[in-house]
Amino acid sequence: MADIIITENARKVILKDAEQTYPHECCGFFYGTDEDTRTVLEAIPVENTKEENRERRFEISAKDYLKAEQYADEKGLTLLGVYHSHPEHPAIPSEHDLRQALPYFSYIIVSVKKAKTVNVLSWKLNDQGRFAEEKVINQNNPFDVDVFLSSYQ
Amino acid sequence: MAKIIIPTPLRKFTDNQSSFQATANNVGAALSELTETYPGIKGHLYDDQGQVRQFIKVFVGEDDIKSLDNENTAVETATVISIVPAIAGGCC
Ligand SMILES: [Zn+2]
Repeated sequence: MADIIITENARKVILKDAEQTYPHECCGFFYGTDEDTRTVLEAIPVENTKEENRERRFEISAKDYLKAEQYADEKGLTLLGVYHSHPEHPAIPSEHDLRQALPYFSYIIVSVKKAKTVNVLSWKLNDQGRFAEEKVINQNNPFDVDVFLSSYQ
Repeated sequence: MAKIIIPTPLRKFTDNQSSFQATANNVGAALSELTETYPGIKGHLYDDQGQVRQFIKVFVGEDDIKSLDNENTAVETATVISIVPAIAGGCC
């Protein structure tokens, strides 16, 4: 399982967004470096533009996507992926997540129950086009590891 | 002539290049130049019928080519074409 390091600042932004947006799904991008291990240095929330059913769906506009690529370019960071929340559901990717999943990106999912974070998992497509879990390492807190299972079929 | 911006998740198919300089004078031809140079990206842009995939949008500047002249949209030297993957999902 590949590791993904999430720095404290980025984690705070993601968790705050997930809890404040509850009972709706939140979404955003994260940026960092892609060396042997990915490191998430910064996360930025974006609007969930889905018009209905935001408790169970999210969508990011093309304009926000373009801005995210520009931001990464300007900052000299890599756009590493997308985070979103699963209100009252586990942090496991759904069929909907899989259908629009892109290669390369990490997908961080936050499970939120009653407006409180349950756990944070990260997933990435493997060469077979399935999600494989990445081991989340919380920086400043290296022994606090969120793992659900070793792979997800 | 136009510059095509490659989205980060597809750069593994363009030798990690973030942009591509095309010499064509419309969007469709510019994208064809890209896929001829980097064949690995083709399946991520087009479906089996040769149409731009359902979850991919193509922008010229700030505009979706669907609001312009689709793949016939003319491009000039200063034109920036962006390939934009649709980002969406949900919990169940
Ligand atoms: Zn999801």
